[in-house]
Amino acid sequence: MTEALLTIENLNVSYRGNGRSAHILDGVDIKIGRGQSVGLVGESGSGKSTVAFTLLGLLADNAEVSAGYAAFDGRTRNFAARETASLRGTDIAMVFQDPMTALNPMFTIGTQLVDIQRRRFPRESRKALWARAEAVLADVGVQDAAARMHRYPHEFSGGMRQRVVIAMALLVEPKLLIADEPTTALDATIEAQVVEVLHRLRQRTSASMLVVSHSMGLIAELCDSVVVMYGGTVVESGKVADVLHRPRHPYTQALLACEIDPYAAFDPSQDLATIPGNVPDPARRPQGCIFADRCPARHDRCRERPPQRHARDGQNYSCWLEVA
Amino acid sequence: MNALILKDAVIRYDRLTAVDGVSLELRRGETLGLVGESGCGKSSVARAIVGLQPLAAGTLTIEGETLQDAPARRRTDLQRRIQLLFQDPAASLSPRMTVRSLLAEPLKIQKSHSPEAWTRIVALAESIGLGQQLLSRYPHQLSGGQARRVALVRALAAEPSIIVADEPTAGLDISIQGELLNLLRTLRGRLGLSYLLISHNLNVVGRVTDRVAVMYLGQIVESGPTADLFRNSAHPYTRALLSANLTLDAGRRRERIVLSGELPSPSNPPSGCRFHKRCPLAQPRCTREIPVLQGRPGERSFACHFPLRSEPAPAPQAIAG
Repeated sequence: MTEALLTIENLNVSYRGNGRSAHILDGVDIKIGRGQSVGLVGESGSGKSTVAFTLLGLLADNAEVSAGYAAFDGRTRNFAARETASLRGTDIAMVFQDPMTALNPMFTIGTQLVDIQRRRFPRESRKALWARAEAVLADVGVQDAAARMHRYPHEFSGGMRQRVVIAMALLVEPKLLIADEPTTALDATIEAQVVEVLHRLRQRTSASMLVVSHSMGLIAELCDSVVVMYGGTVVESGKVADVLHRPRHPYTQALLACEIDPYAAFDPSQDLATIPGNVPDPARRPQGCIFADRCPARHDRCRERPPQRHARDGQNYSCWLEVA
Repeated sequence: MNALILKDAVIRYDRLTAVDGVSLELRRGETLGLVGESGCGKSSVARAIVGLQPLAAGTLTIEGETLQDAPARRRTDLQRRIQLLFQDPAASLSPRMTVRSLLAEPLKIQKSHSPEAWTRIVALAESIGLGQQLLSRYPHQLSGGQARRVALVRALAAEPSIIVADEPTAGLDISIQGELLNLLRTLRGRLGLSYLLISHNLNVVGRVTDRVAVMYLGQIVESGPTADLFRNSAHPYTRALLSANLTLDAGRRRERIVLSGELPSPSNPPSGCRFHKRCPLAQPRCTREIPVLQGRPGERSFACHFPLRSEPAPAPQAIAG
């Protein structure tokens, strides 16, 4: 295992309001090695975006954050506003889901690509920053970058805007790049182009990557390891190939069974797989296993909190069941 | 017998021709998929079929009767045979109406509100898991799956024979998208429905449709039985589109064709084959001559001068059910 860039142990986030409190993240552990690409996968309400927002200090004011231990780039950290603000846009950069709302419609792309670098390189001249921006823009596959720098966001297509946003994140030379659903808003052929750009970047930069997505396909394409979240907890983590081929947690197994392979032979009268039931209400979290209500392998023990299990190949999962 | 035939449809918005000569046949009891990227005109086709968008040219035939030849009153009846299942239930259900009034609304609009009709609606709702206790709820008190069921019952209130479903699973978590697709399949058999399914989710299209048509820049470039088209696509665009689909299968990923550029503007389509500027196999002829859709109608057809030869792929046999 390479040296860790980011280590978080026992991360808890809850919101308080109207006399009630909702627990959004419950004991999340995440580790990202230097140069490593980690996928955070889960369905709506799993807390995957909350993890990303916690790292960036972008949670709402009524959020209460605590962690057993947190370190970034060799230093221990807390998630106080001042600490996360100093990392944001310098050591940690984010590619947001919707490239239209991430860009300011009132300024040219060039201006925005220059301004984003000001905090990182306060002494550089505008001319130098402009030249850097142009080079990176060309690098992420925007043709005719010099002329495009003078254009406004609305003059770009969705795929091009996403490249601009990726260029923006790269310009600050972050140690950690967080991509939150980077291709969800894009068409399939454009998604393939953006995936290719991200692939190329991975080979060229030493930055670590955290890809947050509901799409197991995207994680499989971009990541070395994956963290599977459900209801605000990590249920399983490990190398992508291991988790995909030998999921240990019943939730991961059920989730992968829901994936459709259009090339596989199938019986048309057979129902598609689903996971019956609903995601637990964060204001009323169950005491024991978070997935117990929907788990096909539930038994009496699941009323208690399940133990962390470590398989020999580095795969971790949280379940009462022993590996068969 | 065809439930619906769209012939040589042209749809224009001012001077922009969004759909240029599209023909589709939807057979009774089948699910036809329509795929393509944003801006290819697939939603315009859907809107024209449900009567929300007039055709600039072409005809729409519903259960043997051509709409353009029918008298005005008959047209309304025919058009009612087709209902649209809207994409986003959160946006298509009024937040100020209870489920009860949402379900009653289509009956009122059709002036067919009667105790019998209401009993039928409630029974239908109950049969797909919307119990009576949900009737007094508002849309924000429903789960995503329940909201979609309400939208589905509303579409079925007019007792249509054809449902046009525009991205029915968009925004649904993968663990519950199967539930909706299973439900659609059950209802298809029970109520004798035919579906036109518009989706960018190729996994879903590959699994639930019988036949599929691929659109590019306002035209159909290829169509055929789904399993065959997925395995032996003839048009380079179809192959690129299918290969772009993210997959868990690392072997298939290596065969990916990444297209350069983006969908050109339909206001000024390229000469010759509309795809030639992005086609990895384009020849000089493709810039001059417009390829004609060829092949047996309803079976395999494609519009390409240099179609890809099908590889000896394993036979697309479904397991006998």
